[in-house]
Amino acid sequence: MTQRTRPLSPHLQVYRLPLTAVISVLHRMTGVLLAAGLVLFVICLAQIPAGSSSFQAMQSFIHQPFISLIIWLMMYALFFHLCHGIRHLFWDIGEGYDKILMNYYLILELFGSIALTGLSFLFVQLGS
Amino acid sequence: MVEFTLPKNSVIQKGKHFPAEAGATRTKQVEVYRWNPDSGKNPRIDIYHIDLDQCGPMVLDLIVKIKDEIDSSLTFRRSCREGVCGSCAMNVNGKNTLACIKGIDEYKGTIKIFPLPHMDVIKDLVADMTHFYAQYASIQPWIESQTPAPADTERLQSPEERKQLDGLYECVLCACCSTSCPSYWWNSDRYLGPAVLLQAYRWLNDSRDEHTGERLDELEDPFKLFRCHTIMNCTDTCPKGLNPAKAIAEIKKMLLVRQEG
Repeated sequence: MTQRTRPLSPHLQVYRLPLTAVISVLHRMTGVLLAAGLVLFVICLAQIPAGSSSFQAMQSFIHQPFISLIIWLMMYALFFHLCHGIRHLFWDIGEGYDKILMNYYLILELFGSIALTGLSFLFVQLGS
Repeated sequence: MVEFTLPKNSVIQKGKHFPAEAGATRTKQVEVYRWNPDSGKNPRIDIYHIDLDQCGPMVLDLIVKIKDEIDSSLTFRRSCREGVCGSCAMNVNGKNTLACIKGIDEYKGTIKIFPLPHMDVIKDLVADMTHFYAQYASIQPWIESQTPAPADTERLQSPEERKQLDGLYECVLCACCSTSCPSYWWNSDRYLGPAVLLQAYRWLNDSRDEHTGERLDELEDPFKLFRCHTIMNCTDTCPKGLNPAKAIAEIKKMLLVRQEG
């Protein structure tokens, strides 16, 4: 008798990921995004010592509405990554595992990341 | 390895449709994953319409009814029908649970039943648990001690020591948690998974066990233990309300405390 290969049961196709899992995926994605964004950040920084004309060009580039939207999204990604990272620190010391509080902490970190982004936005607006 | 899609032989196709009996007033649509190893075909979804007035209250009652009255070839594991044997673990509407302790009325609309996720299917809802059980055996789930047992009594525990096992001993090894864990999906060849790690912690935490050091040596491994990334699907899905993620965190802490020595 020939050995038939058994099918693999569906996983991502059927599993309804709880919010904590969605956040976990987003944490990874923002991590990758921020690492890539760091390169762009360095390119922007490099324009400063490269003389006034390249500084001007960079300035007008990042002040385009679409580009500044991307920058603020990156900012949010940074704060989200930070807030979930803090939650990871709590997990690492064995705290915050109560099932009933799982979504409560989740709301806290989402609120925290939005608040921090909002504060930075205000800070920048007041400064300019 | 991370694979987001199903292999070719596992892609699910449309199956048969079984309408409700005439005269049924309160019906429920139930979709069940079917695969017959002798058919040579891909898995399919069969759709049944069940008369709830002629059916018991639990999800397990639904599939028992299907097997008894509609299609006797439907294959699944079940035994105790009260959540202590762990046999009827399956994926119901996107979440792993024990079909026997889940009420039909807990689901609105269609009930979709699949085998435990990311497992080799033997037939219909029966997954191959060989690897899972082998991983369980690998943590030596029994008391290891050098001290000889007392001559005329058992090895005694204080009530406090016994309390240390609460939340751990209740695990029935249904594998709901392990098969809900994406880390276990992608790395089950080397990652032990939440169920087995909770059991490992149960023996680490047993006051009568004297092999704590050896057990920790075995677990101190980038894959066996540290593939846990606190995704929390395990704790979210456990039908017994246990907390495997917390147990894994406690093992990580024990390793750290030991290093600090």
